[in-house]
Parts: sequence; structure tokens; C-alpha cells
Amino acid sequence: MKDSPIVFGLYVPPHPHPLLAPEKNEGWGKLRQAFDTARKRIEESDADIILIYSTTWPSVIGHQIQARSNPEWVHVDDDFHYLGSMPYKFEMDSDFSHQYHENCGKRGLNSRTIDYDGFPIDTGSVVALSLLNPDNRLPACIVSSNVYANRAESIVLGKAARDTLEQQGKKAIVVVVSSLSNRMFTDYIKPEDDRIHSAKDQEWNQKIMQFFQEGRLEDLSQLSREIHNQIRVQKVVAYKPIWWMAATMGQNNNYQGEVLAYASLHGSGGAVIQLTPTTGSIGDKEFDEDDIEFYTGDRHVLDNG
Amino acid sequence: MGEIVAGCLAPHPPHVVYADNPEQNEPNSEGGWETLRWGYAKLARKLKTLDYDAIVIFTPHWQTYVGTHFLGLPHFKSKSVDPVFPNLFRFNYDLNIDVELSKSMHEAAKDAGMVTMMMENPDFRIDYGTIVSAHMINPEWNKPIIPISSNRNSHYYSVEVMNEQARALGKACRKAILESDKRVVLISSHSLSHRHFTVESELPEDMSKQHIYNHSNYVWDMKLIDLMRQGKMDEVINLMPEFTEQTIAETDSGSLTWMMEAMGMPDYPAEIYGYQSVIGTGNVIASWDPNPDTREVVL
Ligand SMILES: [Fe+2]
Repeated sequence: MKDSPIVFGLYVPPHPHPLLAPEKNEGWGKLRQAFDTARKRIEESDADIILIYSTTWPSVIGHQIQARSNPEWVHVDDDFHYLGSMPYKFEMDSDFSHQYHENCGKRGLNSRTIDYDGFPIDTGSVVALSLLNPDNRLPACIVSSNVYANRAESIVLGKAARDTLEQQGKKAIVVVVSSLSNRMFTDYIKPEDDRIHSAKDQEWNQKIMQFFQEGRLEDLSQLSREIHNQIRVQKVVAYKPIWWMAATMGQNNNYQGEVLAYASLHGSGGAVIQLTPTTGSIGDKEFDEDDIEFYTGDRHVLDNG
Repeated sequence: MGEIVAGCLAPHPPHVVYADNPEQNEPNSEGGWETLRWGYAKLARKLKTLDYDAIVIFTPHWQTYVGTHFLGLPHFKSKSVDPVFPNLFRFNYDLNIDVELSKSMHEAAKDAGMVTMMMENPDFRIDYGTIVSAHMINPEWNKPIIPISSNRNSHYYSVEVMNEQARALGKACRKAILESDKRVVLISSHSLSHRHFTVESELPEDMSKQHIYNHSNYVWDMKLIDLMRQGKMDEVINLMPEFTEQTIAETDSGSLTWMMEAMGMPDYPAEIYGYQSVIGTGNVIASWDPNPDTREVVL
């Protein structure tokens, strides 16, 4: 895939255990090794930028795009503060962030760039960048997940990211920070007792990973609403990361997939998965949702009834 | 014996701190949201007349999924930046925690069978909800605070489960306070209806653009405020699941339920200090004064 602006995509978990405590549980250690493998592959690639969509960065005023050149702080997770602090100093591609923001506007989406000292970069982004890009070898860009956004906004947000890559002639590692099943245990557990919260979550995670392994990204995108209903805690309106990932990488099933590791993180499904664009395809099996190029806002159906 | 001298519903849109321009906050504004800010100023004046030792704040913006967490270190100094409105709120804080009372509330909740934890990481940042509410009711910051995290039972189970858990937590905190020698003010930090506009006007404090998200949310907010005025908090708490689901209310945190239970479910009128919408959300400032001699009809 010489012409694709996407080198490969990664789907990685948001919780800090692989960064802060990989030695405490075999699964957490395997996730850490998978992060390390992905880091090496990024280093060996010809990518210009790491582009992150994080489910642990919620926003309200449209989508927010991190544009501060060198954000620096010591981050502590709200729940897992006892695992330790996460000092960070990252490097963002501000040019990319500003143009991404402009391209969102061109596709009808409200967005804004963020450039403030002390802005709290979310746990998922801190974990991903610390492990995948520890020396800031590549500049990054992080985009938030709007709490009210649904499919149309998320797809268009992905397309605006791809527009920007094409305009700037940059090759990206696309990173989605999200659990598979995201239900955690609501009590403390010993690290050795960690497991996937339920048999149902486990089965669905395996099904999703099978799709990933077969390179069926757009099929997963088409099945997103079902996945949300089955195994996502109803914190937000939809399971959005897979929509953004497909729209950014290309809405098709032409990928080579590899699950580098899968393990529970306090009950949630954590997986490090790589998807690389290829020419072969398994075919389009699950397509029934419409595609969308521009976001035209709420349709005010109640007002017009 | 300890005592709860007042309980305040103190919403935390960062806009009110931004509009007030305190020296701790980096951005500058031309004002805005006076109905809320003047209400807060009046409430702050009233609290100054009360004799109390500490402020206990239940905050929706320290969100925990594994139990309820309490702060276990005496002092925090840093900058709190609102992840949603960083353009409005970048607040340099330097605050003290009443760790003794924090620990005893933690113990009481644990003894009652709840999942709890003390947060003892010195790098932890205090959330903007805690800071906005604490600043607006006590801009001098001359009392220690005790923030309590919001366990997201509404997300994981249902608003009904949240209501029950928050009541249990309220009972435990009440027990710990009464068994202490502290006089405390409780703060329930949140809006009522909580649907936001997803666009912000160019000048955030342009008051010609501020209104409630929809009429349904307004009617629900007024229904709750009316019940507060009548002293029917039992009914408010019973309505909580329906209200929260209908208006995507920030009561999903369990904060108001916690406070009402800790105060023994007031059957006397609340003092109402103001109602105003902020970027679509509905916000009321209210206070429950258990002392009939000092209780006022404010608005
Ligand atoms: Fe809030």
C-alpha cells in the first residue's frame, strides 16, 4: 500500500497497569511486551507522526485537538493512583493539529485546538505515548472523544484526519486508545486474581479480535452499535473509536491483522492489536450503515414534526 | 460531638470562577453569570456567620469506578486545568485537607461495607469541580476541605443503584462527622439538568447567548427547586432516577442524595440563592440550614 498515508494502526488499552506495574500480573506483562513490540515496529517504520484518538479524553465543545508543542506534567490516574505517578514530556505536531482543526471545520464539525500549560492529558494517551514513543522519536497528535458525538461526527472526524495526512504528505501510525469490553471490577482485586469481568465479555472480545485478525476493520465499524449494546458500559452514547479508526485508515476490510496480546485489566478487556493496510480483502460482509462525508448537525426532527 | 451546620448545593461550571477573575485563575473575563455569582456571594457571606471547621465536598469530577476514594494527604498545591473548558479555568491552588476527618469518613464507609480507598499520591491533582465550588463559597480558602470521589454507579448499574449507594455513603459520613468533634459544611457540587451546547460563543461570557438547552429541562429544574422550597427532599430523592434520566442531570454523581442523607433528609425549606443556565445546563445554588433561627427566605 505505497500510496496510503497510513503505515499501520494500533488498538491499545487505556489503563496504566502495563506502564506502571507490568511485573505484577502475567497478562499485564504480556500487554507491556506487546507495547514494546509495537514501539520497535514504529521505530523501524517510515512514519512521520503518531495520531491518537483517546476514549479517556472526553470533550463537550466539539472535538479538542492537542496542539501544545511540548506538554509536560506528572499525571496520576483517578482510580489507579496507588500504582504510581506518570511523569511525561511529549512532542506534538502543532502544524498537523491546526490543519486537522481546519479540516474538521471544512467537513462541518466543530473542533478546537488546545494549547495550555498544565492541560491534563488523559491516562490513555499518557500510557500510549509513554510506551510507544518514549523518546519522542515521532511527533504526535491527540484528538478527544466528544461525549455527545455519535456515528456521523466520529466518521467525519476520522476523514478530516486523513485529509490532513494527505495534504501534509505525512505517513501516520494511527492509535486508538480503548478497551474492548470496558467493565471493570468495582472492588479491589489482587493482581493475580485479575480476569475478564464475565464470560459474555470474554466471548465478545474474542469475536472482535477474530475480526481484527482477519483484517475486517470496516465490518467491525459496521457492527459498532451492537458491540456497544453488548459489552460497553453505557457511559457515552456509542462505541466510537472503531468508527474513527476505520474512517481514518480506510473504510474497508483490506488489512492484515495481528493481536499482539490480550489480557484483563481490572476486569476490562485489554488488547494490543496491529492492523496494516494490504491489497487483499476478505470482502465486505457486514455493510449496511451509510457512509458520510460531511456533518450537517442535528436534524431537529422533533422541532419539525 | 460533631455537627453538620449547613449543606449547600453548589454547582461548579468553571464559568463562574472565570467570570469572577480571582488572581488564582489565569484567564481573564469581562464578567458574566451574575445571577449565580451574586447568589454565591450572598451564600459565602452567610457561611461566614457560621462557626465551622471544615468543608466536605462530594465531587462529580473525581470519577472512580473502583469504590469511593478520600484524600489522605494534608496539603495539595498545583494548577487545576479543566479538561473540557481549559480556555476558562486554569486555577493555581494551594489548599489544605482535614485528613483526620477524611480518614474517619473512609473508615465509617468501609465499616458499612462499602468499597473505599485513601488517595495518598502527592502528585494527584485536585479536580476543577471541587475547586470551583470551594472557591465560590469560601474565596478566602481559610478552611480545610475534604473531597470525596464520585463512584460511577449510574454508569455501571443504574441511577437507582447510585441512589442507594449514595444514601449508604451519606449515612456513614454522617456517623463519622457526629462522632468527631468537628463542625462541618457539606457541599454537593453539581448542576441540575446537564445537557450542554457543543458550541461556545466567541466570547464565552456573551450573556446574550446563554439559555437553557431546552424547555423540558427547565421545567424539570423548576419542579425540583419547587420541592426544595417546600422542604420535600424525600420526594426529590425519590424522583432522582427519573429526573436524572430525563435531563441527563449531573445528579448522576450521587452527590445530592449523599448530602441529603447525611443531613437526615431535611423536611424544612431550602434557601434558594439563584438559578441560571451555563452553556445550556441548569444550575441552582441552594442551602439547607438545620437551625430554624438562622434559616432565611433568600429568594
Ligand atoms: Fe460538572
